[in-house]
Amino acid sequence: MLSRVAERLYWMGRYLERAEGTARNINVNTHLLLDLPKGTAFGWEPLIFITGGEELFFRHYRDAGQQNALEFMLADPRNPSSIGSSLQQARENLRTLRDVVPREAWEKLNHLHRYANDHYEQAIAGRSRFPFLTQIIDDCQLITGLLTGTMSHDEAYEFVRTGRNLERADMTTRIIDVRSASLLPKHTGDLAPFANIQWMSVLKSLSAYQMYRRQVHVRVSGAEVLRFLFQDAGFPRSVYHCLGEMQQSLNALPRNEVPRRYVVRLKRQVSEAIVQHLAHEGLHEFIDSLQVALGKLHDRIRATYFLTEVPAPKSRSLAA
Amino acid sequence: MAIDWEHYDTGAGYDELVEAPGRPRAAARPLCRYLGSLTRSEIEERKNAAELAIVTMGITFTVYTEKGGSIDRAWPFDIIPRIIPSHEWTRIETGLKQRVKALNHFIDDVYHRQRIVKAGVFPQELLANSVNFRQECVGVDPPHGVWAHICGTDLVRDRDGAVYVLEDNLRIPSGVSYMLENRLVTKRVFPELFEHYSIRPVDDYPSQLFDMLASLSPRPADSPAIAVLTPGIYNSAYFEHAYLAQQMGAELVEGGDLVVGDDDCVYMRTIEGFARVDVIYRRIDDLYLDPLGFGTDSKIGVPGLLRAWKAGRVALANAPGAGVADDKAVYAFVPKMIDYYLGEEPILPNVPTFLCMNTQEREHVLANLDQLVVKPANGSGGYGMLVGPHATATQRAQFARLIEHDPRNYIAQPTLSLSTVPTLCETGLAPRHVDLRPFILSGSENYVTMGGLTRVALRQGSLVVSSSQGGGSKDTWITDEV
Repeated sequence: MLSRVAERLYWMGRYLERAEGTARNINVNTHLLLDLPKGTAFGWEPLIFITGGEELFFRHYRDAGQQNALEFMLADPRNPSSIGSSLQQARENLRTLRDVVPREAWEKLNHLHRYANDHYEQAIAGRSRFPFLTQIIDDCQLITGLLTGTMSHDEAYEFVRTGRNLERADMTTRIIDVRSASLLPKHTGDLAPFANIQWMSVLKSLSAYQMYRRQVHVRVSGAEVLRFLFQDAGFPRSVYHCLGEMQQSLNALPRNEVPRRYVVRLKRQVSEAIVQHLAHEGLHEFIDSLQVALGKLHDRIRATYFLTEVPAPKSRSLAA
Repeated sequence: MAIDWEHYDTGAGYDELVEAPGRPRAAARPLCRYLGSLTRSEIEERKNAAELAIVTMGITFTVYTEKGGSIDRAWPFDIIPRIIPSHEWTRIETGLKQRVKALNHFIDDVYHRQRIVKAGVFPQELLANSVNFRQECVGVDPPHGVWAHICGTDLVRDRDGAVYVLEDNLRIPSGVSYMLENRLVTKRVFPELFEHYSIRPVDDYPSQLFDMLASLSPRPADSPAIAVLTPGIYNSAYFEHAYLAQQMGAELVEGGDLVVGDDDCVYMRTIEGFARVDVIYRRIDDLYLDPLGFGTDSKIGVPGLLRAWKAGRVALANAPGAGVADDKAVYAFVPKMIDYYLGEEPILPNVPTFLCMNTQEREHVLANLDQLVVKPANGSGGYGMLVGPHATATQRAQFARLIEHDPRNYIAQPTLSLSTVPTLCETGLAPRHVDLRPFILSGSENYVTMGGLTRVALRQGSLVVSSSQGGGSKDTWITDEV
């Protein structure tokens, strides 16, 4: 398979997942803001930090009020992680892959792209934000399901899956980061009941609450939530599970030594983290190191398969 | 009855299917009888079925919008086929092979000893001023001495019924995918007609193309790696590039997918590493092919590609520089080339052409601008043309100045009345003008498509058949006598 085709499949997977993840974040933040007592509300700024877009944001907006934040994350074409940009990028990638990817996926993505463009304004104004975001999440899930259910699980598919899981792991760490570090007031005291709500919101933004309750038979606590979201082998959005998916994908790809070894190492790093400690301190640093590691994993995948910067072969021995 | 052939008025021109009102030509009789037996709603049904098939099969061409986006438009198609009886086609086929053979001799000669110039048959100054002559190609010996591997020759029929060659497209002719798809659509819409007619199949083109490309491989012993090189998704012919690659089982590549090694071989970047490419069917113009080789600022090309080609490590189809014969002034000399290189009489005539570079002919053109069509020698797609009878006095004066300023770049031809084919229009059945583009493959052997792409000007009286300007297409049948 051509490197360019592989790269586009990979990015399509990533951008589709990014659109879904961003929609999840906004959705839960909206609900959380309604639940917390006035005066303790943290507003929208943390969410902008989640996506790592704060620098870009403050270059174009003066304050992180609801209107600005939503516009930035939903529709702003200058923000490469906005839902609008993500869908646009996913679509541009898929456009050239129409002979590789089932046609229905192209049609659905096209439809979703059009739907989103037609409804941003209403969603920002707040009147129909919830149904809008739900629709984005549902449609992304639908496309992911379509690919899983109708695309041959060959090399092409493994690149989509790799992109999806890398983005998903990254998104999970970002959600944990902001919710559990920046948002928790240091002096819990009379706000204690709300800490619980915040951990629940972390779970809910990942559609993890129900599965968490089934799996972990104790009340919601910081350490348990972290254990579940970092280390659970079965939950599809836990970092450990995403890494496992990537490992499986890489197993099916040629010349996989370098990225595969790195994934295995990363998995060990995640499973050996002591979450009881992380709940109290060092969480942000741990998450930072994970995000850097995911970036390095991306670099290794790129260097191995996409070869964009590799110079021409020196001799005939490289000929296939 | 919805179609009444008694009331079909062929006008003054030549109609491909109908000789005179109520009198279909022999080959078209069963078709006309069948169409006449359908009710209005049955015809409407067939028409809708064709439109649906085109959308379902995803047959599109790309139109650019002002905002920089692009739209895939459904391919405009008319369900009534054009019929050419096989005895007539055989002559055309032989004529096309003869013509392309001579053209390839000419291109090879031009890049070597230029015997035809030394013999005084072809003027030196035409070469000296040719924008498609590539100095970089001088002395190169492509496999089999063939430069124009894929040629799309446009044919027209005048009112006298004679078939003329209008032009030879030797650079990157397109349209063949639509020829193939038109047949598939017609089979879906009129399956019953295929039972009664003996229609020559067109669908072996992709395998013929593959075989021809394979015959150019620098590693003939191995099974060759073939790639179709496209400028990318935003090119108007991207559908065709993707289609042909898929049909041939070749890789569809963009410039960035290819790299030329120090060993002068061309490689594709794949997830398994670098894989050598033997033959490239390039759908990128000469000057964009290789920013190093042609000193251009091309982002869609492959640096070093020309070097690899000259070293014989990769075959390019068409060869760079083949466009030297894709020039309307050069066109005028094709009958002489056939005589000079092959010692034969041309089977297919040219449209009579006046070269403005010759004083006498120029004077004739300037005196008769109101009756002639004037074309720039290197233009394409109907741009920068003057259709004398339809032009204003100001436009004619403007062209007179253009011609006097740069006579080498202009030719003139009499205004032909293109033949027509019955076509379903808003107002019912009406004659519409058509041309025909067969495709000729040249490698170790020659091949001509069975028929070609019939393009039709859908607007009444219009002679413009190009799809970007409101043209459509029809299926083309080469039929054996029943």
